[in-house]
Parts: sequence; structure tokens; C-alpha cells
Amino acid sequence: MAKIGIKVKVNGVERAAEVEARLLLVHFLRENLRLTGTHVGCDTSHCGACTVVLDGRAIKSCSVFAAQADGREVLTVEGLEQDGKLHAIQEGFFQEHGLQCGFCTSGMLMTGYAFLKSNSNPTEDEIRHAISGNLCRCTGYVNIVKAYQYAAAKLREGGEQ
Amino acid sequence: MIPRSFEYFAPRTLVEAVSLLGELGQEAKILSGGQSLIPMMKLRLATPPYIVDINRLPDLNYISELNGFLRIGALARESDFEVSPTIMSRYPILMDTTVVIADPLVRNQATACGNLAHGDPANDHPATMLALRASIIAVGPNGEREIPIDSFFTGLFTTALQPNEILKEIRVPIPPPSSGGAYMKIKRKVGDYATAGVAVQITLNGAGVCHRAGIGLTNVGFIPIKAKETEAFLTGQKLDDATIKRAAEIAAGESQPIDDIRGSAEYKRDLVRVLTTRAIILALKRANGGA
Repeated sequence: MAKIGIKVKVNGVERAAEVEARLLLVHFLRENLRLTGTHVGCDTSHCGACTVVLDGRAIKSCSVFAAQADGREVLTVEGLEQDGKLHAIQEGFFQEHGLQCGFCTSGMLMTGYAFLKSNSNPTEDEIRHAISGNLCRCTGYVNIVKAYQYAAAKLREGGEQ
Repeated sequence: MIPRSFEYFAPRTLVEAVSLLGELGQEAKILSGGQSLIPMMKLRLATPPYIVDINRLPDLNYISELNGFLRIGALARESDFEVSPTIMSRYPILMDTTVVIADPLVRNQATACGNLAHGDPANDHPATMLALRASIIAVGPNGEREIPIDSFFTGLFTTALQPNEILKEIRVPIPPPSSGGAYMKIKRKVGDYATAGVAVQITLNGAGVCHRAGIGLTNVGFIPIKAKETEAFLTGQKLDDATIKRAAEIAAGESQPIDDIRGSAEYKRDLVRVLTTRAIILALKRANGGA
């Protein structure tokens, strides 16, 4: 089967590759680009561990083909930190103990990153709905909600990010 | 899980897409949101040799009212409904429907048109579109044709779309004044399909009598069910408690559920009764100008 040439901007860097059509975006990120911060959890579109931001929207990268990202922009957890400074959502997880085993964390961070861009002052209920596609098997949701609230407050203080 | 190998096409125009479908034949599958298709391909429940990705077609991402119809383009994502001023202000039934589909991440990719084209009786938009008396605009080699929603679902995972046709638009007649609708769904958890779901759309006349009713049922049959007897029963009636109770019983009788992991047929039939009651009450409230 002929390979397809794709160009995807990942964390601000243009990446070109020849891929099989059936290659999923998550495998492109992890195996071709060695960006292993994006996790494969359930692999059935339920758990959200593979969440990345594609052209501004949080999506499950296990359920999108890499070829679909051709010409588009992907942000992964590796792209959150800027100039050695954690993004507010990362800082929130650090300050509020928003992770235990850490497996769901990169997905939770990416969902939060996109969510807080559209809702800068969310209620607890809105946060819980926003993360309803991301499962934490440690059931650490209380602190994840606090981490989102910390990040929201920080982003409101510091202007846009 | 890795899908079987396939050949990938990403046409740039609708004409090109339709002609590709004609060349590739009925084994080709259309990829829009892909949130049903890609998981099925990973499980190898679907192994299409050709994928025609329509995501790069221009001008198909819209939700807008024009010339008497609400028009939903093939590439309108479920999450677009959640921020559409038109949907938020005028179509609470569609908001009800969208927000109970899968989860927010899936809704960022999934499309309402795909939700119909997939032909899955467990999907949520079919019941709502049956209640709203929508029609489907399909584009094929001979141009566009309109398919009434009543004749769109022909069997399990089967629709009236031909292999060389693309579902381009859902067209919903703009409801007249004093109309209201609601969609109610019971599911076990976020992301699950409905154990049962009921969509109700009613229009009242000046005297508060039901002038027209549309009712669709989710996941209680091999195809999405239009509850025609219930619709006929409600038409011309004042929607008092006794009438709503009787309508809900008729709707339950029109459902055709089977026993499965989500519950027994008997349980689901009773859910249809309860959800029909609740949906009529909410639709009535909305028709009278309430939330």
C-alpha cells in the first residue's frame, strides 16, 4: 500500500513524514516523532489518555488518522511548557496534587488547556462536564477539578496565554 | 489495535468526491468525523479497502437558518451545536440531543450528518430528526436529491443513501410559533449509547391544542423508530395529564426493544413510557415559552 506524504505542525515545529494511511495520529506522535507524553490508554476512544489539541480542539488521537492532520496544527503535552516555564494548567496540577499515577494526566492537561481558552471562569459543574471524556482510574477527580480552578484563576490574573 | 490497510483519498471538491465514490464502488467508506467508523476499523468490524475523507471539502461546516429551513452541513461538528447561537436560542431539542452524545472530546470531531449516515439505531440524532420531520439532502452523480427522514433508515446500519452519494445536509423545517421539543435519554454512564431515548416535538394551536406531534425513539428497535400511532393520538388533543399518560403507553407499545447488556426488553419499554411522559411535559413547557 502506497504511503502518504504528510506535513503536520507539532508543538510549533513543521514535521514531514511518509505514513501508512492506517497510521493513527497517536502512533504518529509516539512512534514517528517519539513524543511519548501522549498516552495510549483504552485504545477504544473511551479514556481520553491520548487527548491532544488539533487546530484548537481537544480530540482523541487514537481515533483520528495521522493523514487527517496533514496541513494542520497539533499541540501535545510536550508543547505546553514555554521557555522553561510551566503552563498554568501544568502548574495547577503540580500545586493541587492533580495526579497520582499520572497516566491520564497528559490527556487531562490537554483537555484543560483547550477548555480554559473557551471558559476562563468555569464552575465545578462545567469542569466536571469538560473532563467527562477523560478517565482517571486513580479517581483523583477532586484534585483535578482544583487544578483546573487554580489554572483558571492564574490565567485570569496573567491575561491571555 | 491497528485497522486493516486501506487506500486513502482526500478529495477537495464535492464533485471530485462523488466521482471517486462512483469509481471505487460500494466498498468505499466515507470518513467525516470518524468517531464511529475509526473505532470500528480498529476492531476490524469494518475493513473498507478505500476511505474517502470528506473533511477537506469546502463550505460544508454550517448550522444556519435559510429560506424556511435550519440547514446542518455535513461537516458541522457536534460541539459546534453547543456554541451555535441559533441552536442555543431556538432549538433546545437539538441542544438536548448533542450534549448527551459520547463525550466532549468525541463531539469535537463527530458530525450530526455522520450520526444519521451511520444508520445506527443507537445514535441520538435520528430520533430527534424523526421528531422534527427533517429531510436529507444527498449528492450523487446526477446532482442533489431530497430524502424524507421517514424513509431514510432502511435497516440496521443501512440507509437510503446509495454508495455513490454523500449526505450533504440535514434540512429541518423551521418550527412555527408555539412549538417546542425535547430529547430525553437514559444511559448508564457518559459516553454510553442510550438504554432508551425519546425525542418529542409538538406544535400547539391558539387554543393550546396539539396541532402536530413528532416522536422518535432511540435504540429500542433495529432502526430508529417513528412513533406514528402516538403522533396520531396526540394530534387534536389537549395535552393534559391523562392524555400524556396514554400517549406514553402507546409510545411504549410502539417500541421494539430486545434484551441486551443495557437491560431487558421489558425495562426498556417502560423507560420509553417514562421518557415519553417527561419529554412531552418539557416540550409543552417550551411550546408555551418556558425553558
